[in-house]
This record gives sequence, C-alpha cells and structure tokens, in this order.
Amino acid sequence: MTDTQHFVEIRHAQKAYGDLEVLKDISLNVERGQIVAIIGPSGSGKSTLLRAINDLDALTSGEIWLDGVQVNKTLPHRQYEKHINQMRQQIGMVFQHFNLFPHLNVRDNVTMAPKLLKGISKAEADTLAEEQLAHVGMLERIDFYPSQLSGGQKQRVAIARALAMKPKLMLFDEATSALDPELVEEVNLVMKKLAEEDMTMIIVTHEMDFAASVCDRVLFMDQGVVVEEGPPEKIFRNPDKDRTREFLRKHLEGAK
Amino acid sequence: MGLDFSVVPQFYDIILIGVLWTVAITVASALLSFFGGIVFAVVALYGHWSIRLPFRGFAWLFMGTPLLLQLFLIYFGLVQIGVDLPAFVAGVIGLGLHFAVYNSELIQTAIIAVDKGQMEAARTLGLSNGQALRKVVIPQAVRDVLPPIGNNMIALLKDSALVSVIGVSELTLSAQRAIGRTYRPFEFYVVAAACYYIINLGMEAVLRRIERRTALSR
Amino acid sequence: MDVDLMLRVYPYFLQAAWVTIELSVLTTILGLTCGTLGAAARLSRFRVLRIIGATYVSLIRGTPALIQLFILYFGGPQIGIQLDAFEAGVIGLGVNIGAYMTETIRGSIIAIDKGQSEAARTVGLSKMQAMRHVILPQAMRLMIRPLGVNINALIKGTALVAAISVVELTYTAQRYIGSTYRPFEMFLLSGVLYMVIIYVTGRGVAWLDRKARIV
Repeated sequence: MTDTQHFVEIRHAQKAYGDLEVLKDISLNVERGQIVAIIGPSGSGKSTLLRAINDLDALTSGEIWLDGVQVNKTLPHRQYEKHINQMRQQIGMVFQHFNLFPHLNVRDNVTMAPKLLKGISKAEADTLAEEQLAHVGMLERIDFYPSQLSGGQKQRVAIARALAMKPKLMLFDEATSALDPELVEEVNLVMKKLAEEDMTMIIVTHEMDFAASVCDRVLFMDQGVVVEEGPPEKIFRNPDKDRTREFLRKHLEGAK
Repeated sequence: MGLDFSVVPQFYDIILIGVLWTVAITVASALLSFFGGIVFAVVALYGHWSIRLPFRGFAWLFMGTPLLLQLFLIYFGLVQIGVDLPAFVAGVIGLGLHFAVYNSELIQTAIIAVDKGQMEAARTLGLSNGQALRKVVIPQAVRDVLPPIGNNMIALLKDSALVSVIGVSELTLSAQRAIGRTYRPFEFYVVAAACYYIINLGMEAVLRRIERRTALSR
Repeated sequence: MDVDLMLRVYPYFLQAAWVTIELSVLTTILGLTCGTLGAAARLSRFRVLRIIGATYVSLIRGTPALIQLFILYFGGPQIGIQLDAFEAGVIGLGVNIGAYMTETIRGSIIAIDKGQSEAARTVGLSKMQAMRHVILPQAMRLMIRPLGVNINALIKGTALVAAISVVELTYTAQRYIGSTYRPFEMFLLSGVLYMVIIYVTGRGVAWLDRKARIV
C-alpha cells in the first residue's frame, strides 16, 4: 500500500469533536518543492488540517502520507510514539505565537532537538546553529534570550529551529498573524528565500499578497471542506465559486 | 490486634454529638473570622497609626506562629488574667482570630484592587467616606475574595480538630473518648476522618453554590 | 513580663527549636518526594495512576492533619506499623504536606503554555524529553514561590506533633506554661523562635526564586 506517487498525500481526512465536524473528507496532494497556501475564514478548519499533518491534532479518520511513509499509522502506543517522533523530525512547524523556549537562549533553542535526537557534538551543534541563524539573518542574536527579541526576530529564530532538524516539509501556521505590520516583511523574506531553495511548504495564511507571490497553489477552505483550489492567479482573480469570491471581497474590505 | 469496626456502631451517639459540635465550632469561628477579617482589614488600611501599628504586630505574630501555640496562649492566658471561659468559647476565639488575620490579608488586597472610580462615584453621590466604604467598596472587595476565603473556611474546619487539645469536646475528642473505652484508635480515628471528609464535601458544595450566586452580580 | 524566668528557660526552647528544624527539614524532603510522585501520577496517561493520585490528594486534603497523625501513631500498631513519635510525626506530616505540594507542582506544570510542548513535540522530542528539557525547567521556576508557601505552612504544622508528645517548640511551650503559669512569656519565647525559622526559610526561598529568574 505504499505506492505513493505524491510527496505529501492527505487521504479522506475527517475530524470531529463530538457532533461538530471540523474536517469533512479532505484529500490533498502536494509535490516535492511545491508551495501550497491554505486560506479561509477562521473556524474553516485550515489550522486543524495543518496540525493534522504532523499529528498534533489527530484525525478521526483518514491517512497522512509523507514521502511514501504513513504519518498517522495505527500502531501500539509505544511504537507509535517512536514512529511519530521520527516523522516529526522530518516535518518542521512554525507557529503563530512562535513558541520559542523562554528558558533557553537562541543558540540552545536551535540546537536542543538536534543535540538530543541526532546526538551531534557540541562543536557540530554550534556550527549548525550559526549556519541556520545566518540563514534567517539572526546570527548576531545567537546569545540572546527570546524575551530580548522582537516578534519578527522570534519568528525567524523559530524558523531556524525548525530548519535545524533538516526537515523535508515545512508547515507554517499563520506565521505572521501575531506580528506588528512592520515586522511581517522580514519573516516573509525568510519564507520566500526558503521557497527559492525548493523547500516543500504548506502555509496557512491571511496574507493574500504573499500567497499570490510565492505559492504554486492556493486552497480555499470553508466549514471543513476545500471549496476551491487552483493556481493563485485563478483563485485570486477569477474564482469559480461564489463562496470564494465572497470571502476575498470581505477580506479585501477588511484589509482597507 | 487486628481491626474490628463492629464496635463502632454502639458509639454512634458520641460520634454524632462530636460531629454536631465540630459543625457548631466551625460555623461560629467561620463567622467570627469573616467579620473579624473585614474589621481587621479596615483597621489595617484606614486606622489611626496608634491602632494600626499594634495591629500589624499582632497580625504578624499570628501569621508567623502555629495555631496550636496560639490556642495554648489564649486558653491558659485567659485563665491567668482571671477570665475563666468555657473551652468552647476559647476555641472559637482562637480559631476565629487566627483565620480572621488570614482573611484580613485577602480582603486588604481586594479593597486596594477595587477601582478608585467606585469610591469617587460614591463620594460624588454625597456618601461619606465610611458609607462609601461600607456600601460600595467592601461589598465588592469581599465578593472578589470569596473563593479564597472559602478555602480558608475549609482549612478552618480541619484545624478545628486542634481545639480537642484544649479540651473542647468536638469530633476528635469524641473519638478519643470512644478509644478510651475500647482501645481501638485506628477504627475510631478513621471514622472521625470519614466524618470530617463528609463535612468537608458538604462545605465545598455550599461554597460552590455561594460562589455561583455571587458570580451573577458581576 | 518575667524576663528572669525567660532567661532561665530559654536554653530549653533553643533545644526544642532544633527539633522543630529537624522535623521541618525531614518533612520538607518527604513532602517534596510525595508531591513529585503525586504530580507525576496525576498527570500520567494511565487512568489507574491518575485515580490513585487524585484519591491521595482528596483524602489527605479533606481530613485534618491531626487525625492523620493519630491514625498513624496510635492506630499504626494495630496494622503492624510501629513508629516512635518523631518518626510518625515526620511521616504523617510529610505525607500530608505532600498532597498540597502535589497540587502546587501539578499546577505549575499545567500552567506552562501548551505551545511549549507542541513546539517540542513538532521537532520530534518524545513526551519524556519534552517534559525534561522544555516543560520542567520552566515549571520549576514557577513552583518555587508556591512551594515556599507550602513549606511555611509545614513549619507551623510541625506544632501538631506536640499532640503526640514530641518535645519540639510547641510541646515545650505547653509544658512550661503548665509549670510556670506564665503563658504570655512562654508564647513569646517559642513564637520568636518560630518566626526566626520561618523568616530564614522565607529568605532562602526568595533567594532561590530570584536566582531562578535571572535569565
């Protein structure tokens, strides 16, 4: 059953909290190097879908596949824990509220997981931290603590932390929504850079301009279903569905 | 000597009376600690320094020493100055004052936290300082600290066992009486513990109900 | 106030204060142990452990410490537990304060933002690794102050063992009140010693708290 043709495959994802169905039979394929944006109103299930990909929120039914391996395999508890930790090491995630570890400095935020999980030496860890932080333009803050950084800087460190595990796939959960407007650009630039390096990315976002400029495909979700998907030119300029049009119109008004 | 709970039922009347006295002493001390706490809080915040300073010393002493020690002081101290109070009254005073000090700390913080605008609004209506305090500020402050005061009352119930040491015949002393006749400490102390546990559950239920009710007026 | 009398008896109070300090230290150690185990049980993924932890907390916090002490000391021999008064005091008070510490420790752990464990889990850390390297270091800082409150209560709580005749501060005060008929002086002597112990402990806790916050 591992004849996966696609790099990321979501098959019939369904999730319910009691009677409330937040994801209704969603299927989605993402190819290696593709960048997919998921847009939609709050409560549409877009974050839940993203968080299902690395099993932070478990699906009620359905399958998630990454590079030929099922992420949410059915296994006994102990084995599953091992398996999912392995999978998560290949899936980087960036949160809306950064979730940096406040008790660790920037360097240790980046190197904790590689040191623990890959057993790299201190020297290797330092090189890794410097490399990754240089990549996001945060090298000069390597000995700072998260509380000493601005929101945009925190998010860049969070991206470096995720990249330090050398993931195959990056998930962005509204990575710029909690930032002051003037700090959004620096994070967007880092994300664009990743896109140019052919990182596979799935991005939940409110920023239509950014989605239009970097993404290969855009999904519009509402009430737990994918209403419409396609290339950004189509979704943003000439959508087929009224619900998409309605959402974009409201969003545009809100942005003014 | 194994366990034998079959001796317990014949002492049920002693235990029951003990329960009633424990409830009585808890309720009486709780009331004293509640109103005493309000008075102490007002004195600590607004009293003349000649009252405020000794009061602070007294509060400091009461919060820094064990309740049991305070009970000994009150019980024997009163006897020494010629006031021969029944043990029950001495127990209520000891427990009540002890927890009044703790309640007062809570209420003081809450009074300070009540919005200054409340006091000003009351004063512009023509209320005197004392009236504004009594009718506007204190009711709000007390309502805000009801949950932690409730916790103090539950602590008070459990600490009421201590007054057995100065001879107040409540539940713990009842258990000791029964033990004196049967030499079965394990059984009777467990029974006493069970009684406390049940009263405790009852108190928690009542407190939750009061909290819910006052929550409506927010 | 009879200062002469106080000067005459204070060495006995000093001696008794050492017993109170010993009791406090041992009880703190046992209490922290019970509290850690209790919190681990209450946060376990196994239902049985969660129930055991919750029952421990509920039973201990729902009944008077004095009765618990009596059950252990006077009732213990009936079920084959022979302890001297000091041992019973340490064990009884330690298990008692452990229930309160369980809630303090558990509260500090669950107060850590959920995003922290999520972030740790998304980089592939196991639950244990996330707990050890991310949650606990942060929770420890949070729990120092409330544990200090527990320890403050515990020091005053050691007075209970006077009821099973351990010769500590309160017992000594009671005995001298009985023999001298000077309740106020005896109260003052023992009260001051309690306050010294509590003050020093409080400074220690504040120092730890400050140290943990330097970041």
